Amino acid sequence: MSRSDWEVVIGLEVHAQLDTASKIFSGASTAFGAEPNRQASAVDIALPGVLPVLNRGAVERAIRFGLAIGAHVAEKSVFARKNYFYPDLPKGYQISQMDLPVVVGGTITIRVGEGESAYEKTVRLTRAHLEEDAGKSLHEDFHGMTGIDLNRAGTPLLEIVSEPDMRSSAEAVAYARTLHALVRWIDICDGNMQEGSFRCDANVSVRRKGATEFGTRREIKNLNSFRFLQQAIDYEVQWQIDTLEDGGRIEQATVLFDPDTGETRMMRSKEDAHDYRYFPDPDLLPLMIAPEWKARVQAEMPELPGAMKGRFMDDWGLSAYDATTLTASKEVADFYQATVSAAGAALAKPCANWVMGELAARLNKAELDVAASPVSPAQLAGLVARIADNTISNAIARKVFEALWNGEGATADEVIDKQGLRQVTDTGAIEAMIDEVLAANQKSVEEFRAGKEKAFNALVGQVMKASKGKAGPAQVNALLRKKLGA
Amino acid sequence: MSLSNDQVGHIARLARIALSDTELEATRAKLDGIFGLIEQMQAVDTTGVEPMSHPQEFPTRLRPDVVTETDRRDAFQKVAPQTEAGLYLVPKVIE
Repeated sequence: MSRSDWEVVIGLEVHAQLDTASKIFSGASTAFGAEPNRQASAVDIALPGVLPVLNRGAVERAIRFGLAIGAHVAEKSVFARKNYFYPDLPKGYQISQMDLPVVVGGTITIRVGEGESAYEKTVRLTRAHLEEDAGKSLHEDFHGMTGIDLNRAGTPLLEIVSEPDMRSSAEAVAYARTLHALVRWIDICDGNMQEGSFRCDANVSVRRKGATEFGTRREIKNLNSFRFLQQAIDYEVQWQIDTLEDGGRIEQATVLFDPDTGETRMMRSKEDAHDYRYFPDPDLLPLMIAPEWKARVQAEMPELPGAMKGRFMDDWGLSAYDATTLTASKEVADFYQATVSAAGAALAKPCANWVMGELAARLNKAELDVAASPVSPAQLAGLVARIADNTISNAIARKVFEALWNGEGATADEVIDKQGLRQVTDTGAIEAMIDEVLAANQKSVEEFRAGKEKAFNALVGQVMKASKGKAGPAQVNALLRKKLGA
Repeated sequence: MSLSNDQVGHIARLARIALSDTELEATRAKLDGIFGLIEQMQAVDTTGVEPMSHPQEFPTRLRPDVVTETDRRDAFQKVAPQTEAGLYLVPKVIE
């Protein structure tokens, strides 16, 4: 048996922290990084007699998500108590949703892989529900005790559950990335994975190819980076296949991924699985969402990445790869659209090349966000326009870009004029340079005449050098061939 | 319907309530009484009646997303058995 005899089945549960100012059931702040327990109100620490009051902003974000994935946003949903004991959960239960979640169904289209082998796939979502986050336990040594910080307790979460539709770790990562981009795009979650704003649990099982029943799954908890998600799934899949091929059985379990060893290990078996005893929370009445509310949220919705991608391809002739890359985040898409709107739609393709090429590389090197780019969309558009009208070559354009990046001019035109970078198109001037080069490189000329095409390229290079890069290679090429009578 | 002592023991464990054997028996009898009541209610024909999650037929109130709470950590921590560096201290827990 080999790996190819097995099919991998993955479903993801993602906890997205909603970026509200206040908590889901109290008026305490949700700002990250406060001193311990300074943002834990009487409701958050569960003092007797307090009552939860639902945050409109959290509900609105859930509606936005539901509409963005084409899901059913429930007219009526119900909060339930999920009961378990842990010190960072002061009430002894988490307020969540069980039987009637706020968002039901929906789909997300992902693009997996790169180049020729890339493909698209639609992943179905089961549901998304609102719930509160727990506090944090600090297990450093406090005289053999555990420290509890309840600042995070009551932070609103949207738990987004997919169907088991993914068939490889690459698909799982593509889904997680697409979802991550979407929640940021529609401005419901800051997506900061280091701070725990976007956390993934992966349900993984394997079955023999052609089997109709799913295998027994194990759930990998709390993966807080795309790399760990990939590594954890890959390890888990291999472990399950090895276990089954050795005649073993998979027991349903919850496991943790250890980034240091790259392995998953058992956290609890099915026997120890929690019995949460869900029941409707008597402290909260049903959440009713009127059609008018949905309509208003829909009207305020920004153009979604899928629609924008289609528009880039249909209206501006971009490839699927380019359109996907440029809609990977709202910031990049905004920058690109601003560039095209300044340069004109006819230059959409070269604008795409510059945003994804030189600009992305430079930003990456400087560890800057596109929103903080020293080169503005208008400046980049000006640069692209000068390449298009043959004022400068691509090689010179990179110099101009560098100058704009360093603030050595307000516009591409200013840099071109100040540094005398205008492309030489005057035939006479170029021919004069060619004559000089030919005179100084008799050996190359003879070699070319003897049939060595390489010698021709060397001569072109010499002329380009003589022009300080300001001559257009195509023009030099043509004039040189004419001179040599070739 | 009647509960077994094992079932009552399980529920007690989940609720972190320690029950002696005599308490277990007494608790079982009380819970059986509640189940009797539920059985009586289940005899009512509820065909076509949508289940309610709350006895009141109102939608939940919503509050605007505004920070209204101030820092009252010092007052809250006065009643806590043990605190340090702003944290509540509890017996060591490792899951």
